[in-house]
Amino acid sequence: MNGTTNHRHPGGEPLVRIVKRADIARGKAWGIRIAAILLALCAGGLLILALGHNPAAVYIDMVRGSLATKTAMIATAKIAIPLLGAALAIAPAFKMKFWNIGAEGQIMVGAIAATYLALFHYQTMPRPALLAAMFMASALAGGLWGLIPAVFKARWGTNETLFTLMLNYVAFGIVKYLRMGPWKSPSSAGFPKIAMFDSAARLPNVFGVNIGWIIVLALAVAMFVYMKYSQHGYEISVVGESERTAKYIGMNVPRIIMRTVFFSGAIAGVVGCLIVSGSSYTLSDTTSGGYGFTAITVAWLSRLNPFPMIVISAFLAVLTKGANTIQTNFKIPASASEVLTGMILFFMLGCEFFINYKVILRSRRRIEVPND
Amino acid sequence: MEPVLALEMKDITKTFGDVAANCNVSLQVYNGEVLSLLGENGSGKTTLMNILAGIYYPDHGQITVGGREVSIRSPKDAIDLGIGMVHQHFKLVGNLTAAENIVLGLREKGRLDRKKITAKVKDLADRYGFNINPEKKIYDMSVSEKQTVEILKVLYRGASILILDEPTAVLTLQETEKLFNILRSMRDDGKAIIIITHKLHEVLAISDRVAVLRKGENAGTVKTADATAQSLTEMMVGRAVSLNIDRPEPVNPTPRLVVKNLSCVDDEGFTVLDNVSFTANGGEILGIAGISGCGQRELLEGIAGLYPLMPGSSVLYYPDDTGAPTELVGKRPGEIRKLGVALSFVPEDRLGMGLVGSMDLADNMLLRSYNDGKLGIADRRGPRKLAERVVKQLGIVTPGISTPVSKLSGGNVQKVLVGREISLAPQVLMTAYAVRGLDINTSYTIYGLLNEQKKKGVAVIYVGEDLDVLLELCDRILVLSAGRVSGIVDGRTATKEEVGYLMTAGREGGSV
Repeated sequence: MNGTTNHRHPGGEPLVRIVKRADIARGKAWGIRIAAILLALCAGGLLILALGHNPAAVYIDMVRGSLATKTAMIATAKIAIPLLGAALAIAPAFKMKFWNIGAEGQIMVGAIAATYLALFHYQTMPRPALLAAMFMASALAGGLWGLIPAVFKARWGTNETLFTLMLNYVAFGIVKYLRMGPWKSPSSAGFPKIAMFDSAARLPNVFGVNIGWIIVLALAVAMFVYMKYSQHGYEISVVGESERTAKYIGMNVPRIIMRTVFFSGAIAGVVGCLIVSGSSYTLSDTTSGGYGFTAITVAWLSRLNPFPMIVISAFLAVLTKGANTIQTNFKIPASASEVLTGMILFFMLGCEFFINYKVILRSRRRIEVPND
Repeated sequence: MEPVLALEMKDITKTFGDVAANCNVSLQVYNGEVLSLLGENGSGKTTLMNILAGIYYPDHGQITVGGREVSIRSPKDAIDLGIGMVHQHFKLVGNLTAAENIVLGLREKGRLDRKKITAKVKDLADRYGFNINPEKKIYDMSVSEKQTVEILKVLYRGASILILDEPTAVLTLQETEKLFNILRSMRDDGKAIIIITHKLHEVLAISDRVAVLRKGENAGTVKTADATAQSLTEMMVGRAVSLNIDRPEPVNPTPRLVVKNLSCVDDEGFTVLDNVSFTANGGEILGIAGISGCGQRELLEGIAGLYPLMPGSSVLYYPDDTGAPTELVGKRPGEIRKLGVALSFVPEDRLGMGLVGSMDLADNMLLRSYNDGKLGIADRRGPRKLAERVVKQLGIVTPGISTPVSKLSGGNVQKVLVGREISLAPQVLMTAYAVRGLDINTSYTIYGLLNEQKKKGVAVIYVGEDLDVLLELCDRILVLSAGRVSGIVDGRTATKEEVGYLMTAGREGGSV
């Protein structure tokens, strides 16, 4: 039986070995992350060079276009606010390993609820009450939209990934229907769109940016406390790690799933309200703007921790706004600037591998036993 | 005849982060012998074997196979060198047949010749005395059949050095005996066999030599003929230990848990438990014996409110000698706890059910008390203190209470779980396979803890698989056979044969 045995290996270490790290110093981890961003910038620079531009000039323009002037900063903040909000919305569901990729739709139904009040009740309520009602309605709508797949998951074990994804398209459809039909603005000649909000239904500005930035920052702190210190937060972690342990210990797992996803959807709904009443002042097909999907990247990069989320959503907002700027200033096509953003994200996500694993190259010569 | 060295490991060192799993370990195996590799949990046995199997690469040290120094960089290298490992957790594809699993991953040229493969598998099986149907699907197989497939898999690949990592942990007595006969015939065929097991009587029964590891280092190698259970334990632990299990007389036993007509069915409607009735008394250890998978899990989970029971089932809990009983059937675990029922449960699946592997010690203590805090905030101070106390009292080896429990060795994981459940001051303590996979030393610690609870007047229910331990530890032993109580015997007077007979009583076809 040993006839086929093949002794073809001389003593020798493999060229590359990958070993899981037991632990890594914080400084070193951040060192790897910074190196990843630098590498991403280099790789992006090659792309820019290939397009015939000076990388340094383009990068400087990106930063200038997103941060240098007050207008630029306000525009950047308008991207960062909903992005952070949506990432915060996703966090508790993801922590529970409930893959809610329906934030997009939950943002939409939240926006629909807020828009309904803004369009039809702006005269019946004083402004603070109107805004408060808009927030509550959007939270309720987003929460209920999230609750649908949660109930099915909790009761019958359906797959939430497909379910939440498909509900996005339902929400998009509803907005389209409202725009073309019942909510079509009478003053828009021919082109079907929804009217702009009355000033009473628009969020006040603080330091030039709508008050939404204070709301999402407060939400980030609240979410941090909720996830880390509350009983609910603990329940979410246990259910996410092991449903059997949760049941064994006496947790009501279906209730926890439904409660958490309602909560997640409610925050996404509030984000919808922030968008329509804080920056676009109307409801359109592009209200959710892909924030619900980009937020997944933000949530992953920050490992579901709210504070890094603030930094990462700000960073992504700078990238997005900067990419817009270089499109106009350098005539770089939109797709190329998206490739650039994608490359930076790729490096950032990829570097997590080097934080978790270490690569050992063959280094020392081994004393080889001579074969006789 | 001069024995031929099949394999030699010399000065093998392997570290994970700061922990040295193996430190300058050397090992020799000869053709035509069974070598037992013995050591406590976390002494580096599995790491050492994984190095041979090509799963880990050593930091330094030499490996010689058949007289040549080799470098094993991948499982494929190991197979090419004739080294085959049967892992503790089977790596089989459920939807495929035994024969298909056996050839899976072999890159042989030409098309798959099922007939030839089946014939070759049959031939191998006949040669060593395996009883297997190559056309049977894995999902239809019992644990012991699956293990047979794993062994055939490595033999098919031409292995001349076989490594078996705790092969008997999942087998019944009879199945173990069968496996040992096969191992003997492979040994007589000239193969070198390395077996890892914690059960000393098995070490003595099957092996020719025993190599002992202690804390990642060699602690000596002896001929089995010169060894006893006592001497091996001392080598393993590094000091003298008593191998007698204490059994204090029960003091004033009073009923704590009265189970009546407990029945349940599984997902497919088959009866798992059929009218099980018994009483668990405070101050007593009630053993539950039975062939694995004949309703033990469902019984404990049913009592704990985790498994749906049939109408007519009743579990009465008596809080003290005079109080009115509480009916537990039909209530969920959360409700049972709210009623003040002091029921602790150490489940079989420690990391998948009793604990959360990725959470640290303190947060695992919090599992039982997270709801007690005020204003919706989970109080973590109590659990932290409890974790520190349990670590100290049970001698848990851990870098700290902020270490995820999945990073601990099996014995320490179990100590965390048992420590937490005992800290709840239970009236009834249920344990399922409390010492499975644990080394001798930790097992005795666990027996000691159970006895301590018994002396406190707790009703202890001990589901076990080792009959010797059941007969030494328990006051009474309930024997389950095919979901029914086939007898309740006195642990002090019953014999192993008696219990063994009850375990198979009433089963179609009698004993396995």
